[in-house]
Amino acid sequence: MPDHGKLRLHNVTHVYVNDGGASLAVDSFNLTVGQGEFVSLVGPSGCGKTTVLHLIAGLLRPTRGEVTIGGAAVTGPTASVGYMLQQDYLFPWRNIQDNASIGLAINGKLTPDAKSRVRGLLQELELSGTELRYPHELSGGMRQRVALARTLATEPDVMLLDEPFSALDMHIKLQLEDLVWDTIRRRGQTAVLVTHDLAEAAAMSDRIIVLGRNPGRIRLTLDVPEELRRTSPMEARRHPSFQPLFEQLWEEMDVEEAASSSVDVRKERNGHHDEKV
Amino acid sequence: MTRKSNAWSQETNSEWLAALFVKHKSRSRRRTVAVMLVRAVILVLFIGLWEVAGRNKWIDPLLFSFPSRIGNLLLDMIRDGSIWPHVGMTVGETVVGFVLGTLIGTLIAALLWWFPFVSRVLDPYLVVLNSMPKVALGPIFIVALGPGFTSIVVTTLSVTVIITTLNIYNQFREVEEGLVKVVRLFGASRLQTFWYVIIPASFPVIISTLKVNVGLSWVGVMVGEFLVAKLGLGYLIIYGFQVFNFTLVLASLVIIAIVATVMYQLVTLLERRLTGGRRER
Repeated sequence: MPDHGKLRLHNVTHVYVNDGGASLAVDSFNLTVGQGEFVSLVGPSGCGKTTVLHLIAGLLRPTRGEVTIGGAAVTGPTASVGYMLQQDYLFPWRNIQDNASIGLAINGKLTPDAKSRVRGLLQELELSGTELRYPHELSGGMRQRVALARTLATEPDVMLLDEPFSALDMHIKLQLEDLVWDTIRRRGQTAVLVTHDLAEAAAMSDRIIVLGRNPGRIRLTLDVPEELRRTSPMEARRHPSFQPLFEQLWEEMDVEEAASSSVDVRKERNGHHDEKV
Repeated sequence: MTRKSNAWSQETNSEWLAALFVKHKSRSRRRTVAVMLVRAVILVLFIGLWEVAGRNKWIDPLLFSFPSRIGNLLLDMIRDGSIWPHVGMTVGETVVGFVLGTLIGTLIAALLWWFPFVSRVLDPYLVVLNSMPKVALGPIFIVALGPGFTSIVVTTLSVTVIITTLNIYNQFREVEEGLVKVVRLFGASRLQTFWYVIIPASFPVIISTLKVNVGLSWVGVMVGEFLVAKLGLGYLIIYGFQVFNFTLVLASLVIIAIVATVMYQLVTLLERRLTGGRRER
């Protein structure tokens, strides 16, 4: 494992405040992700997984605590942090090539050089021939690959994956997992994946973090065995060490679900933390 | 049927498909021809009946005139050229009114989007202004700006601007959250968000507002001309009414119908140019 932290969340607390009141989404969260490491966040819905990702991306500012990338505090979204959303959100009025290069356009880096790099990227992601077509002409899997190309085009060194495979069919999902894993590995990017799919987390990551809910905090950290880290997600799923890891995760989640589905426990916790806010 | 077609050779299959396609095409062509035919029949029947009814005094020809009279008057006015200044004036007012109305309306909508505080402050005022019959302000504009082109255009603007603002601002707010998120994640500024997402995502609504404004602008221009003009189709209508020449009134209406249709088609053309290739998700 790499020794220095590329990405750090230090004592991060986030509170959502709206007309309905203030609620604690993430509480005293600490996380260090090494350069080139692939970390997954899993947990029941409402455990603040996506909030953590938004905090890293700079879409949200932590109410308390600090997020740093490469030692510098995150103050807002930048193109050096790539973010893949659950849906592709391609712009229907831009063709594929223009969709993939929107990040470059926004950052004023749409040079002829960059354009040819985007074409190369589309080729690498098996999208050549679609450059001048429009999103509605493409299948769901292709569209998500365009979204990947769009994210990679600005050459980010951190990749944040916000359930990017959850809206896809099983078959395409497995293919895309491999593709994303492979592109991230080859570029040596640091990655954080948020997912509710335990098998996906086990197959893709170096380290899996199980979150508990109300408020979000780390329940457990699982290191993925070395032999699984090195193999692609598709192969990892067939590896003998995969099943034990998956079962361990499954049990942890079961415990967590049982705990958080008990309303009394939740209320008590909420009340306790509201005072702290 | 599927099993049978599978058993067939590739060739018979494609022949069969081609035959089906030809059948479908000829059926849809027949339907199109029928629609055109019925349309033409309705038009001919309407004009013919009008003509006969007018000539035989089933309806008062002084009030309702009849098509050949209107046609002759139009031809006379075209021949001596007296019609063109009127058409030019009115079309000028309408086009300026509707282009400016759409532009100003969009600009105010952009302002409201940019400053949510302003939008919250202005909300009740916009609602009141929108439900008010703004053409009633016409006399004030005429006194303030003097009778003529400017006051008529401003009357037109009073009709179009508020509704344009409301429509387009609502659309701005309803732009897919995810698309905005995509550009924000690339570090886009508010101006870039507006330029790369909000405006293009709102094009279809801006165009449909343009279409509504074609009609509204005509209302504004007519009211303005009724009140003040010495030139224009609205003036011809009022003049015809005052001297009880209803043939002139109806002839003006025919011209308005033609010009308004042309303007509408131009907007449709613009729509196709601007939104070419894209389709809703």
